Amino acid sequence: MAEISMTVNGRKVTGTVEDRTLLVHFLRENLGLTGTHVGCDTSQCGACVVHLDGKAVKSCTMLAAQASGSEVTTIEGLAQGAELHPVQAAFREHHGLQCGFCTPGMIMAAVDMINRHPEGLDEKTVRAELEGNLCRCTGYHNIVKAVLAAAEAMGGKAVKAA
Amino acid sequence: MHQTTYHRASSISEAVKMLKEAEDGKFVAGGQTLIPTMKQRLAAPSDLIDLRHIGELKGIEVAGNTVKIGAGTTHAEVARDAALAKACPALCHLAAHIGDPHVRHMGTLGGSIANNDPAADYPAAVLALAATVHTNKREIAADDFFVDLFETALEDDEIVTAISFAVPEKAGYAKFPNPASRYALTGVFVAKHADGVRAAVTGAGENGVFRAEAIEKALVGAFEASALDGTTVPADGLMSDIHASAEYRANLIVVMAKRAVQAANGG
Repeated sequence: MAEISMTVNGRKVTGTVEDRTLLVHFLRENLGLTGTHVGCDTSQCGACVVHLDGKAVKSCTMLAAQASGSEVTTIEGLAQGAELHPVQAAFREHHGLQCGFCTPGMIMAAVDMINRHPEGLDEKTVRAELEGNLCRCTGYHNIVKAVLAAAEAMGGKAVKAA
Repeated sequence: MHQTTYHRASSISEAVKMLKEAEDGKFVAGGQTLIPTMKQRLAAPSDLIDLRHIGELKGIEVAGNTVKIGAGTTHAEVARDAALAKACPALCHLAAHIGDPHVRHMGTLGGSIANNDPAADYPAAVLALAATVHTNKREIAADDFFVDLFETALEDDEIVTAISFAVPEKAGYAKFPNPASRYALTGVFVAKHADGVRAAVTGAGENGVFRAEAIEKALVGAFEASALDGTTVPADGLMSDIHASAEYRANLIVVMAKRAVQAANGG
Protein backbone atom coordinates (compact mmCIF):
# COMPACT_ATOMS: atom_id res chain seq x y z
CA MET A 1 0.00 0.00 0.00
CA ALA A 2 1.13 3.55 -0.68
CA GLU A 3 0.68 6.49 1.66
CA ILE A 4 -0.07 9.44 -0.56
CA SER A 5 -0.79 13.11 -0.02
CA MET A 6 -1.65 15.85 -2.46
CA THR A 7 -3.55 19.10 -2.71
CA VAL A 8 -6.83 18.68 -4.55
CA ASN A 9 -8.80 21.82 -5.42
CA GLY A 10 -6.87 23.70 -2.75
CA ARG A 11 -7.54 21.13 -0.03
CA LYS A 12 -4.77 18.96 1.43
CA VAL A 13 -5.76 15.30 1.25
CA THR A 14 -4.07 12.08 2.26
CA GLY A 15 -4.90 8.47 1.64
CA THR A 16 -3.68 4.90 1.77
CA VAL A 17 -4.17 3.21 -1.57
CA GLU A 18 -2.88 0.19 -3.45
CA ASP A 19 0.19 1.20 -5.42
CA ARG A 20 -1.66 0.29 -8.63
CA THR A 21 -4.54 2.69 -7.91
CA LEU A 22 -5.02 5.15 -10.75
CA LEU A 23 -5.31 8.84 -9.95
CA VAL A 24 -8.83 8.94 -11.40
CA HIS A 25 -9.97 6.19 -9.04
CA PHE A 26 -8.43 7.94 -6.05
CA LEU A 27 -10.28 11.13 -6.97
CA ARG A 28 -13.61 9.40 -7.58
CA GLU A 29 -13.66 6.65 -4.99
CA ASN A 30 -11.57 7.97 -2.11
CA LEU A 31 -12.41 11.67 -2.40
CA GLY A 32 -15.89 11.36 -3.91
CA LEU A 33 -15.00 13.75 -6.71
CA THR A 34 -17.02 12.01 -9.39
CA GLY A 35 -16.97 14.93 -11.81
CA THR A 36 -13.84 13.45 -13.36
CA HIS A 37 -15.05 10.65 -15.63
CA VAL A 38 -13.66 7.37 -16.88
CA GLY A 39 -14.63 7.12 -20.52
CA CYS A 40 -12.51 4.75 -22.57
CA ASP A 41 -10.04 3.67 -19.88
CA THR A 42 -7.47 3.28 -22.68
CA SER A 43 -5.91 6.75 -22.59
CA GLN A 44 -7.68 8.01 -25.68
CA CYS A 45 -10.91 9.84 -24.84
CA GLY A 46 -9.84 12.56 -22.39
CA ALA A 47 -12.95 12.38 -20.15
CA CYS A 48 -10.58 11.97 -17.19
CA VAL A 49 -8.48 15.10 -17.80
CA VAL A 50 -7.46 17.00 -14.67
CA HIS A 51 -4.72 19.53 -14.04
CA LEU A 52 -1.57 18.27 -12.36
CA ASP A 53 0.60 21.16 -11.16
CA GLY A 54 -1.24 23.39 -13.63
CA LYS A 55 -1.02 21.12 -16.68
CA ALA A 56 -3.73 18.99 -18.27
CA VAL A 57 -3.08 15.27 -17.87
CA LYS A 58 -5.11 12.08 -18.19
CA SER A 59 -5.86 10.90 -14.68
CA CYS A 60 -6.55 7.36 -15.97
CA THR A 61 -2.99 7.19 -17.25
CA MET A 62 -1.13 7.81 -14.04
CA LEU A 63 -1.00 6.20 -10.65
CA ALA A 64 -2.26 8.11 -7.66
CA ALA A 65 1.20 7.50 -6.18
CA GLN A 66 2.81 9.27 -9.15
CA ALA A 67 0.70 12.33 -8.33
CA SER A 68 1.59 12.33 -4.64
CA GLY A 69 3.01 15.69 -3.59
CA SER A 70 1.37 17.48 -6.51
CA GLU A 71 -1.43 20.00 -6.83
CA VAL A 72 -4.46 18.63 -8.62
CA THR A 73 -7.40 20.61 -9.95
CA THR A 74 -10.56 18.79 -11.02
CA ILE A 75 -13.74 20.08 -12.63
CA GLU A 76 -15.14 20.61 -9.11
CA GLY A 77 -12.36 23.10 -8.41
CA LEU A 78 -13.10 25.56 -11.20
CA ALA A 79 -16.20 27.47 -10.11
CA GLN A 80 -15.92 30.16 -7.45
CA GLY A 81 -18.88 29.25 -5.26
CA ALA A 82 -22.01 29.70 -7.34
CA GLU A 83 -20.14 31.58 -10.05
CA LEU A 84 -19.15 29.37 -12.94
CA HIS A 85 -15.65 29.50 -14.39
CA PRO A 86 -15.73 31.42 -17.72
CA VAL A 87 -15.17 28.18 -19.64
CA GLN A 88 -18.07 26.48 -17.85
CA ALA A 89 -20.24 29.53 -18.51
CA ALA A 90 -19.29 29.48 -22.20
CA PHE A 91 -20.13 25.76 -22.54
CA ARG A 92 -23.57 26.50 -21.06
CA GLU A 93 -24.13 29.59 -23.16
CA HIS A 94 -23.06 27.97 -26.44
CA HIS A 95 -24.51 24.56 -25.70
CA GLY A 96 -21.12 22.87 -25.93
CA LEU A 97 -22.55 19.54 -24.80
CA GLN A 98 -25.34 17.08 -25.28
CA CYS A 99 -25.05 14.06 -23.00
CA GLY A 100 -22.35 15.78 -20.96
CA PHE A 101 -20.14 12.78 -20.36
CA CYS A 102 -17.04 14.23 -22.03
CA THR A 103 -17.69 17.73 -20.67
CA PRO A 104 -15.52 17.69 -17.53
CA GLY A 105 -12.51 16.61 -19.59
CA MET A 106 -13.37 19.04 -22.37
CA ILE A 107 -13.55 21.92 -19.93
CA MET A 108 -10.31 21.02 -18.14
CA ALA A 109 -8.60 20.68 -21.56
CA ALA A 110 -10.06 24.01 -22.65
CA VAL A 111 -8.86 25.86 -19.54
CA ASP A 112 -5.37 24.42 -20.04
CA MET A 113 -5.43 25.32 -23.74
CA ILE A 114 -6.50 28.92 -23.03
CA ASN A 115 -3.78 29.25 -20.36
CA ARG A 116 -1.15 28.08 -22.85
CA HIS A 117 -2.26 30.49 -25.56
CA PRO A 118 -2.28 33.93 -23.95
CA GLU A 119 -2.02 35.39 -27.45
CA GLY A 120 -5.55 34.10 -28.16
CA LEU A 121 -6.99 31.16 -30.07
CA ASP A 122 -8.39 30.51 -33.51
CA GLU A 123 -10.66 27.70 -34.65
CA LYS A 124 -7.87 25.65 -36.24
CA THR A 125 -5.78 25.76 -33.08
CA VAL A 126 -8.75 24.83 -30.88
CA ARG A 127 -9.58 21.82 -33.07
CA ALA A 128 -5.94 20.68 -33.08
CA GLU A 129 -5.67 21.14 -29.31
CA LEU A 130 -8.81 19.04 -28.77
CA GLU A 131 -7.02 16.04 -30.31
CA GLY A 132 -7.06 14.23 -26.95
CA ASN A 133 -10.74 14.73 -26.13
CA LEU A 134 -13.48 12.72 -27.79
CA CYS A 135 -17.14 13.74 -27.95
CA ARG A 136 -19.62 11.36 -29.55
CA CYS A 137 -22.63 13.74 -29.50
CA THR A 138 -21.90 17.25 -30.61
CA GLY A 139 -19.68 16.96 -33.65
CA TYR A 140 -17.45 19.41 -31.76
CA HIS A 141 -18.97 22.47 -33.41
CA ASN A 142 -20.42 24.08 -30.30
CA ILE A 143 -17.50 22.94 -28.17
CA VAL A 144 -15.13 24.86 -30.43
CA LYS A 145 -17.50 27.85 -30.31
CA ALA A 146 -17.59 27.70 -26.50
CA VAL A 147 -13.79 27.49 -26.19
CA LEU A 148 -13.31 30.44 -28.54
CA ALA A 149 -15.90 32.49 -26.63
CA ALA A 150 -14.30 31.60 -23.30
CA ALA A 151 -10.84 32.53 -24.58
CA GLU A 152 -12.19 35.91 -25.56
CA ALA A 153 -14.07 36.34 -22.29
CA MET A 154 -10.87 35.59 -20.43
CA GLY A 155 -9.20 38.42 -22.30
CA GLY A 156 -6.93 36.23 -24.36
CA LYS A 157 -4.62 36.33 -21.38
CA ALA A 158 -3.32 33.60 -19.13
CA VAL A 159 -5.71 33.07 -16.25
CA LYS A 160 -5.05 30.77 -13.32
CA ALA A 161 -7.06 27.57 -13.38
CA ALA A 162 -8.71 27.78 -10.02
CA MET B 1 -3.66 -3.90 -13.58
CA HIS B 2 -1.70 -6.49 -11.63
CA GLN B 3 -0.23 -5.52 -8.28
CA THR B 4 2.95 -3.49 -8.37
CA THR B 5 5.07 -1.56 -5.91
CA TYR B 6 5.76 2.08 -6.62
CA HIS B 7 9.10 3.73 -5.84
CA ARG B 8 10.11 7.33 -6.46
CA ALA B 9 13.78 7.94 -7.21
CA SER B 10 15.37 11.32 -6.61
CA SER B 11 18.64 10.54 -8.39
CA ILE B 12 19.89 8.23 -11.13
CA SER B 13 22.00 6.21 -8.70
CA GLU B 14 19.02 5.76 -6.39
CA ALA B 15 16.90 4.60 -9.33
CA VAL B 16 19.50 2.00 -10.32
CA LYS B 17 19.70 0.77 -6.73
CA MET B 18 15.90 0.48 -6.52
CA LEU B 19 15.81 -1.54 -9.73
CA LYS B 20 18.54 -3.89 -8.52
CA GLU B 21 16.57 -4.59 -5.35
CA ALA B 22 13.35 -5.28 -7.27
CA GLU B 23 12.38 -8.75 -8.43
CA ASP B 24 11.16 -7.69 -11.87
CA GLY B 25 11.27 -3.91 -11.81
CA LYS B 26 10.82 -1.40 -14.56
CA PHE B 27 11.65 2.29 -14.90
CA VAL B 28 8.73 4.60 -15.63
CA ALA B 29 9.19 8.13 -16.97
CA GLY B 30 5.98 9.80 -18.18
CA GLY B 31 4.19 6.46 -18.20
CA GLN B 32 2.09 7.28 -21.25
CA THR B 33 2.85 3.90 -22.80
CA LEU B 34 3.76 1.81 -19.78
CA ILE B 35 0.70 2.61 -17.62
CA PRO B 36 -1.81 1.78 -20.41
CA THR B 37 0.20 -1.39 -21.16
CA MET B 38 0.01 -2.39 -17.50
CA LYS B 39 -3.72 -1.65 -17.44
CA GLN B 40 -4.13 -4.11 -20.30
CA ARG B 41 -2.01 -6.61 -18.36
CA LEU B 42 0.44 -6.78 -21.23
CA ALA B 43 3.13 -5.75 -18.74
CA ALA B 44 3.20 -6.58 -15.06
CA PRO B 45 6.41 -5.32 -13.45
CA SER B 46 6.73 -6.19 -9.77
CA ASP B 47 8.08 -2.72 -9.08
CA LEU B 48 7.87 0.64 -10.82
CA ILE B 49 10.74 3.06 -10.35
CA ASP B 50 9.55 6.57 -11.14
CA LEU B 51 12.19 8.73 -12.87
CA ARG B 52 9.98 11.81 -13.20
CA HIS B 53 11.38 13.59 -10.17
CA ILE B 54 15.07 13.30 -11.06
CA GLY B 55 16.27 16.85 -11.73
CA GLU B 56 19.45 15.81 -13.55
CA LEU B 57 17.36 14.25 -16.35
CA LYS B 58 15.63 17.48 -17.28
CA GLY B 59 16.44 20.46 -19.46
CA ILE B 60 17.44 21.59 -22.94
CA GLU B 61 20.86 23.11 -23.68
CA VAL B 62 21.76 24.75 -26.96
CA ALA B 63 25.45 25.67 -26.86
CA GLY B 64 27.02 26.80 -30.11
CA ASN B 65 26.51 24.01 -32.61
CA THR B 66 25.43 21.38 -30.12
CA VAL B 67 22.03 20.53 -28.68
CA LYS B 68 21.60 18.40 -25.58
CA ILE B 69 18.18 17.40 -24.30
CA GLY B 70 17.67 15.68 -20.96
CA ALA B 71 15.81 12.38 -21.21
CA GLY B 72 13.21 13.51 -18.69
CA THR B 73 12.21 16.53 -20.78
CA THR B 74 8.55 16.28 -21.79
CA HIS B 75 7.28 16.55 -25.35
CA ALA B 76 5.51 19.79 -24.40
CA GLU B 77 8.79 21.28 -23.14
CA VAL B 78 10.65 20.28 -26.31
CA ALA B 79 7.81 21.66 -28.46
CA ARG B 80 7.93 25.15 -26.98
CA ASP B 81 11.65 25.64 -26.24
CA ALA B 82 12.71 28.93 -27.83
CA ALA B 83 16.42 28.11 -28.21
CA LEU B 84 15.66 24.73 -29.77
CA ALA B 85 13.13 26.35 -32.11
CA LYS B 86 16.02 28.36 -33.56
CA ALA B 87 18.53 25.50 -33.68
CA CYS B 88 16.28 22.69 -34.91
CA PRO B 89 12.64 23.70 -35.41
CA ALA B 90 11.86 20.30 -36.96
CA LEU B 91 12.32 18.66 -33.57
CA CYS B 92 9.91 21.13 -31.93
CA HIS B 93 7.41 20.42 -34.70
CA LEU B 94 7.79 16.68 -34.18
CA ALA B 95 7.31 16.95 -30.40
CA ALA B 96 4.28 19.21 -30.86
CA HIS B 97 2.55 16.47 -32.85
CA ILE B 98 3.07 13.47 -30.59
CA GLY B 99 -0.20 12.15 -29.16
CA ASP B 100 -2.27 15.00 -27.73
CA PRO B 101 -1.65 17.92 -25.32
CA HIS B 102 -2.28 15.81 -22.21
CA VAL B 103 0.10 13.06 -23.33
CA ARG B 104 2.72 15.67 -24.22
CA HIS B 105 2.60 17.07 -20.68
CA MET B 106 3.72 13.70 -19.28
CA GLY B 107 5.54 11.78 -22.03
CA THR B 108 9.30 12.19 -22.25
CA LEU B 109 11.97 11.92 -24.91
CA GLY B 110 13.89 9.30 -22.94
CA GLY B 111 10.78 7.21 -22.39
CA SER B 112 9.93 7.30 -26.08
CA ILE B 113 13.32 6.17 -27.37
CA ALA B 114 13.84 3.60 -24.60
CA ASN B 115 10.47 2.05 -25.49
CA ASN B 116 11.29 2.15 -29.24
CA ASP B 117 7.73 1.71 -30.43
CA PRO B 118 7.92 1.04 -34.19
CA ALA B 119 5.46 3.90 -34.78
CA ALA B 120 6.92 6.43 -32.33
CA ASP B 121 8.12 9.76 -33.72
CA TYR B 122 11.31 10.45 -31.75
CA PRO B 123 13.33 7.43 -32.96
CA ALA B 124 13.20 8.81 -36.52
CA ALA B 125 14.60 12.16 -35.34
CA VAL B 126 17.31 10.62 -33.19
CA LEU B 127 18.47 8.41 -36.07
CA ALA B 128 18.31 11.10 -38.78
CA LEU B 129 20.06 13.66 -36.58
CA ALA B 130 22.86 11.12 -35.93
CA ALA B 131 22.34 11.86 -32.26
CA THR B 132 24.31 10.37 -29.41
CA VAL B 133 22.27 8.64 -26.72
CA HIS B 134 23.78 9.28 -23.29
CA THR B 135 23.10 6.78 -20.54
CA ASN B 136 24.22 6.34 -16.95
CA LYS B 137 26.87 3.92 -18.29
CA ARG B 138 28.04 5.08 -21.72
CA GLU B 139 27.38 6.94 -24.93
CA ILE B 140 25.64 5.09 -27.74
CA ALA B 141 25.46 6.23 -31.38
CA ALA B 142 21.89 6.37 -32.70
CA ASP B 143 22.89 3.87 -35.41
CA ASP B 144 23.64 1.30 -32.68
CA PHE B 145 20.83 2.21 -30.27
CA PHE B 146 17.66 1.03 -32.02
CA VAL B 147 17.87 -2.75 -32.32
CA ASP B 148 14.42 -4.15 -33.11
CA LEU B 149 10.71 -3.70 -32.28
CA PHE B 150 10.57 -2.35 -28.72
CA GLU B 151 14.22 -3.31 -28.36
CA THR B 152 17.25 -1.08 -27.88
CA ALA B 153 20.90 -1.49 -26.94
CA LEU B 154 19.98 -0.57 -23.35
CA GLU B 155 20.76 -3.03 -20.59
CA ASP B 156 18.13 -3.70 -17.91
CA ASP B 157 19.59 -1.28 -15.39
CA GLU B 158 20.66 1.33 -17.92
CA ILE B 159 18.88 4.68 -18.01
CA VAL B 160 18.87 7.11 -20.92
CA THR B 161 20.02 10.41 -19.43
CA ALA B 162 20.07 12.64 -22.52
CA ILE B 163 20.50 12.85 -26.26
CA SER B 164 22.87 15.24 -27.99
CA PHE B 165 23.43 16.14 -31.62
CA ALA B 166 25.15 18.66 -33.84
CA VAL B 167 22.74 21.25 -35.25
CA PRO B 168 21.94 20.14 -38.82
CA GLU B 169 22.04 22.58 -41.74
CA LYS B 170 18.39 21.76 -42.37
CA ALA B 171 15.88 19.27 -41.03
CA GLY B 172 12.23 18.41 -41.50
CA TYR B 173 9.69 15.84 -40.34
CA ALA B 174 6.45 14.72 -41.94
CA LYS B 175 4.15 11.91 -40.90
CA PHE B 176 0.97 10.37 -42.16
CA PRO B 177 -0.96 9.69 -38.96
CA ASN B 178 -3.21 6.66 -38.75
CA PRO B 179 -6.69 8.25 -38.90
CA ALA B 180 -7.80 6.39 -35.77
CA SER B 181 -4.78 6.03 -33.50
CA ARG B 182 -2.83 9.02 -34.84
CA TYR B 183 0.36 7.02 -34.57
CA ALA B 184 2.60 7.45 -37.59
CA LEU B 185 1.46 5.08 -40.33
CA THR B 186 4.70 6.31 -41.87
CA GLY B 187 6.86 9.21 -40.74
CA VAL B 188 10.10 10.46 -42.26
CA PHE B 189 12.68 12.72 -40.65
CA VAL B 190 15.26 14.16 -43.05
CA ALA B 191 18.36 16.03 -41.97
CA LYS B 192 20.99 17.71 -44.12
CA HIS B 193 24.34 17.58 -42.39
CA ALA B 194 27.66 19.07 -43.48
CA ASP B 195 28.79 15.55 -44.44
CA GLY B 196 25.62 14.26 -46.08
CA VAL B 197 21.92 13.59 -45.78
CA ARG B 198 20.23 11.19 -43.38
CA ALA B 199 16.59 10.11 -43.71
CA ALA B 200 15.00 7.92 -41.07
CA VAL B 201 11.62 6.21 -41.34
CA THR B 202 9.26 5.32 -38.51
CA GLY B 203 5.91 3.52 -38.57
CA ALA B 204 6.78 1.43 -41.62
CA GLY B 205 9.61 -0.97 -40.86
CA GLU B 206 9.02 -4.52 -39.65
CA ASN B 207 12.01 -4.08 -37.35
CA GLY B 208 11.23 -0.53 -36.29
CA VAL B 209 12.94 2.69 -37.31
CA PHE B 210 15.45 2.50 -40.20
CA ARG B 211 17.38 4.70 -42.62
CA ALA B 212 16.06 4.91 -46.18
CA GLU B 213 19.14 4.72 -48.38
CA ALA B 214 17.30 5.45 -51.62
CA ILE B 215 15.97 8.70 -50.15
CA GLU B 216 19.36 9.73 -48.78
CA LYS B 217 21.09 9.01 -52.10
CA ALA B 218 18.55 11.00 -54.09
CA LEU B 219 18.90 14.03 -51.81
CA VAL B 220 22.69 14.20 -51.76
CA GLY B 221 22.90 16.08 -55.07
CA ALA B 222 20.02 18.49 -54.45
CA PHE B 223 18.17 18.81 -51.16
CA GLU B 224 14.86 19.50 -52.91
CA ALA B 225 11.56 17.63 -52.95
CA SER B 226 11.82 17.38 -56.74
CA ALA B 227 15.04 15.39 -56.35
CA LEU B 228 12.82 12.56 -55.08
CA ASP B 229 10.68 12.42 -58.24
CA GLY B 230 10.92 8.86 -59.53
CA THR B 231 12.65 7.60 -56.38
CA THR B 232 11.24 4.30 -55.15
CA VAL B 233 11.74 2.47 -51.90
CA PRO B 234 11.56 -1.35 -51.79
CA ALA B 235 8.57 -2.82 -49.93
CA ASP B 236 10.77 -5.63 -48.53
CA GLY B 237 10.89 -5.48 -44.75
CA LEU B 238 7.97 -3.09 -44.46
CA MET B 239 4.90 -3.80 -42.35
CA SER B 240 1.63 -4.98 -43.86
CA ASP B 241 -1.45 -4.76 -41.68
CA ILE B 242 -5.14 -3.82 -41.87
CA HIS B 243 -4.16 -0.16 -42.14
CA ALA B 244 -1.74 -0.31 -45.03
CA SER B 245 0.14 -2.80 -47.18
CA ALA B 246 3.92 -2.81 -47.41
CA GLU B 247 3.67 -1.40 -50.95
CA TYR B 248 1.46 1.44 -49.75
CA ARG B 249 3.91 2.25 -46.98
CA ALA B 250 6.80 2.15 -49.47
CA ASN B 251 5.04 4.80 -51.49
CA LEU B 252 4.20 6.81 -48.37
CA ILE B 253 7.89 6.93 -47.45
CA VAL B 254 8.68 8.84 -50.64
CA VAL B 255 5.66 11.12 -50.23
CA MET B 256 6.48 11.89 -46.59
CA ALA B 257 10.16 12.38 -47.45
CA LYS B 258 9.15 14.99 -50.02
CA ARG B 259 6.99 16.80 -47.48
CA ALA B 260 9.75 16.62 -44.90
CA VAL B 261 12.25 18.16 -47.35
CA GLN B 262 9.73 20.88 -48.20
CA ALA B 263 9.31 21.62 -44.50
CA ALA B 264 13.10 21.67 -44.05
CA ASN B 265 13.36 24.20 -46.88
CA GLY B 266 10.90 26.49 -45.19
CA GLY B 267 7.57 25.01 -46.27
